[in-house]
Formats: sequence, structure tokens, C-alpha cells
Amino acid sequence: MAYIPHTEDERQAMLAAVGVRSLDDLYQAVPAAVRFPDLELPEAVSELEVMEELQALSEANLDARHTVCFLGAGAYNHFVPSVVDHILRRGEFYTAYTPYQPEVSQGTLQAIFEYQSLICNLTGMDVSNASHYDGATALAEAAILAYNHHRGKRSKIVLSPGIHPHYRQTVRTYMQGMGLNLVGDAALGNDSAALAGLLDSDTLMVAVQYPDFFGRIEDFTALGKAAHAVGALLCVCVNPLALGLLKPPAEFDADIVVGDGQPLGIPMSFGGPSLGHFTVKKEFVRKMAGRLVGETVDGRGQRGFVLTLSTREQHIKREKATSNICTNVALMALASAVYLSAMGKRGLRQVAELCYHKAHYAAEQIGGLKGYTLWNRGEFFHEFAVRCPRPVADVNRFLLDECGILGGYDLGQDYPELRDHMLIAVTEMNSKEQIDDLVAGLKEVAHV
Amino acid sequence: MEFPKDLKYATSDEWVRVEGKTATVGISDYAQSQLSDIVFVEVTAAVGETIEQGKAFASVESVKAASEIYLPLKGKVVAVNDELPGTPELMNSDPYGKAWMIRVEIADTAQVAGLMDAAAYAKHCDERSH
Repeated sequence: MAYIPHTEDERQAMLAAVGVRSLDDLYQAVPAAVRFPDLELPEAVSELEVMEELQALSEANLDARHTVCFLGAGAYNHFVPSVVDHILRRGEFYTAYTPYQPEVSQGTLQAIFEYQSLICNLTGMDVSNASHYDGATALAEAAILAYNHHRGKRSKIVLSPGIHPHYRQTVRTYMQGMGLNLVGDAALGNDSAALAGLLDSDTLMVAVQYPDFFGRIEDFTALGKAAHAVGALLCVCVNPLALGLLKPPAEFDADIVVGDGQPLGIPMSFGGPSLGHFTVKKEFVRKMAGRLVGETVDGRGQRGFVLTLSTREQHIKREKATSNICTNVALMALASAVYLSAMGKRGLRQVAELCYHKAHYAAEQIGGLKGYTLWNRGEFFHEFAVRCPRPVADVNRFLLDECGILGGYDLGQDYPELRDHMLIAVTEMNSKEQIDDLVAGLKEVAHV
Repeated sequence: MEFPKDLKYATSDEWVRVEGKTATVGISDYAQSQLSDIVFVEVTAAVGETIEQGKAFASVESVKAASEIYLPLKGKVVAVNDELPGTPELMNSDPYGKAWMIRVEIADTAQVAGLMDAAAYAKHCDERSH
């Protein structure tokens, strides 16, 4: 049976309503030449030939499996246990679309509930939603929450220059046209004390990153106090993997903790899909965007899961909802829940420690090279910046061509004052030999 | 269903108690029964703020729906019931008493005349339930 939604009579009625006689008349505004253009498609080929062509295309890509990767800057090369993919690819999870009749999908709801619980454990926060697209959109939603918390009466957002540049751009995109003033990130030297100096009674939120874009670890307790003194919210954007080792941001009295979940069991995949964490203190739960799964008991006293507090969402509150984002990345949230379960508390700490120690070994070796200067001063996690004796693009070209190494991120792209500075990420995937190769390569390129 | 005779009512189901220059506002017995169990109340208006007639000053959520509550007459907010966020169930159990929501200084007394009395409001509710 053909699925044709309109009858001929209905079509005629619609055409008459817009004042044209036929469907062709309706398309008169489209120039005839482009109405049915010749697409110049090649001859049909067999599946075998298609596979060969796609294979060749995919092999033209460089990936972290076939190179040695020291590139991070927001997406990190970590080991993903095979159990993650195994569970992820079960048809019940892999093919399911968003549960519009959610309580029928108890398995999906339980998976989201487990994810939320794990993220709360990791951050120390009271409530986690079912997730957002990525760290950048989660941070933008934090700004929207803070704006609504103040009922639109405050207009200033203080952003740390240590927040990922793309995340700051996303916040600006989300908040454009709202008459807000986003400050703090224009000067690279703005530390916590300087950011605290920008807080006033018109400030709705101050946001920082932990560890920051340069890998730096800072205690934001004093900044949290300063923010709360003027009624502003403290938002901390985290790398959740680092929380295996670091003090949870709830201890800074953070009101909102967001982050990108990619390091937890999600491959880099040339840039996505990723996962956005979003957690708040309980008092902000009704202003929170997105879905929220809760645990309950059914009529027979059995444990069950429901979408809870959905009155705050778009399908009930409509234009009055604080955010119209209900989408979550359920599959990626599941991946990170499985990852965290497989790693356990000790496993996660071990990965974080490996990253930390290997990065510190690398920093020490590179910092000792002639022509290279370690930019980071205080504590850092698994990423650090170094000033190179030559432009970063030249250094990276040499590392790739001569050593098969994907070098670091060129910080001059985002921070003009950091021209010739490279951001290097080291994870548990990098062996000592690989780090030594990187150091040797950097040493050599300095003299070329 | 109770409709106290000493109150005035708005078509959007708020009640108003006028005492001199001040008006106390809440939602009617009919409104609370339509919403069913109320689980969350947020008064978005702040003391000192002047709110126009017909503008939302609070939002109420029940297990069934989320609703905005509108101010039936223009006024400057002089008091907000701080008990409600902690005990939203008062909205169901005592809509005309402990669940008063906001108190305003009436800006235009002529607007009082535009409200319904108990009998007219009872009729208004009756018409909608058929």
C-alpha cells in the first residue's frame, strides 16, 4: 500500500486556497533550469566497488590508532574497554529512538538513571540530567539556567579565559540577542582573583574550567564564596576523567557542574558524537534543562523508573520552559555509564594517575630541551603548554612526517599572545617510548 | 466547591480579597481541584515590583500540569507568601486561607469593579464543567 497522505480532492482544495491551479503552477517561482537539473551522476557501480572506494577514503584519514597522538584540547585519546561497545551495540539500546512513551522503556530509563547516579558520584552534585550534546552546549545551558534563576534581571556573565575557546563561542551563540554582557575572557592573565574582581550585583554567573584548557588545576573555593556574596552562581566545567583524582567541584560549593563526557568511554571519532554532563545543586532542579529520570515503586511495590519533574519541560511548559532542549545523547551516556562501571572507583583513579604522571614526565623532559619553555606554572593534570622555537605548524609537520606523531594543539589560533605555543596532551595510551620519541622529535626539529 | 462571598474572582480563576487599598490574591477552589495535587509553587514577583493587570506573577505545577498565575489587577507587591514553596499542598487544602499567594497595593481601584462576585464566578465554573 502506497502511503500517500493527501487525496486528490484535498490537494485541489489546498491549491485553490493558495490561489494556483496546479502543482506545476506552484513551482513557477523556481527557475525551470534548476527544477530538474542534470546531476551528472556516475554510472551505477556494484556494492563491491562501493566498499572499495569507501575503504580507500577512510584509509586516507589519520587516526589515533595509526599514529602516536599527543593532541587533546578537548577530545582525548583514552582506552575504551571492549565491554562498552558490546553493550552499546545491543539492538535494544542501539536502535531505540527517544522514548516518547518513556515508562514502557524501563531498560532505557534504568540506563539513564545509572548514568545520572554515576555522574553525581563523580562531581559530588545532587542532581544530574540525562545529558546534553557535549560540554559546550552543557555550559551554554548553565548560562541559561543562571539567567532564569535571576528571572532575567541580571545581565553579566563572567567567563574564565581558561575555558575551552569553542565552549565560550557556544555560550555567546546561545546568549546572543539577550542583551547580556560576557566578560572576563579577553585577557589571558585573568586568574581567579581577577575574575572575582569583575563580580557585581548584576552578575548572574561566573564560569571556570577544571582542569582548564591549559590543563591547570586550581581551587575555586574563594571564587565560589565571592560569587555567592553577590548572589551569582558558580559554574565549573570539568574533565570528568580528572575527577578520578581531583577534589570534586561540589567542594568549591559549585552551583552547576558541567563537562564533556568524551573521555569516559567514548572514542574521539573525528569530533563526535560526544556527551555533555549537566549537574546542579538540588535547589536548581526545576530550572534545569533536559530530561531527568527518577526511581520509584509501582502499584505492586516493585522498583521502577520514570521521567520525573517533566512539568518543567517544553512539552508541558511550552514557551515558559527555561530551555527547549530535551534531547539527550542516550547512547553516549550509556557508553560512559558502562565505562565507569567497568573501570570502577579504583580503575578510574588509576587512569587519571597514569595520565597525570605520564604528562608530568613529558613536561619535565620537554621543559629541559633547549629552545622549549614550559608555559604552565602551578599544578596541572594531563595537558600543558610549551613555547616552541619554531611555529607550531612547522613543528607538527616535522613530527608527523618524520616520527609518525600527531603533535599538540596550536594555541596561537585562539590566543594571539600564545603564538608558537603548543598544547600537549598525554594519556594512559602514550607509552614511555612514545613520549621519548616525541621529546627526540622536538629536539631535532629545533635544529632543522 | 466553595466560593466565599467576601471575595472577588477573575475569569482566569484567581480570587482577590480587597481590604482598603490592598488586595490579597490566590487561586480558587475550582482552580486547585482542576490542577489536582500541587507539587511546586514559585512566586516570580518580588516585593516592591509593580505588576500590570493580567501579567503572570507566579507559576504553579501539579502532577498534571504547569500553570501561570495572573494578577487580576495592577498593583505594587507589598508581600509574598514565603510558606508556599515549602508547603505547596496548602494550595489544595486551604486555597482561600493559608495559600494566599501575594498582596499588592491596588494601583487602580476601578479595576476591582471589573471582577466577578461569588455568584457570577460559581456560574462561570459551572459552565466550564459541562
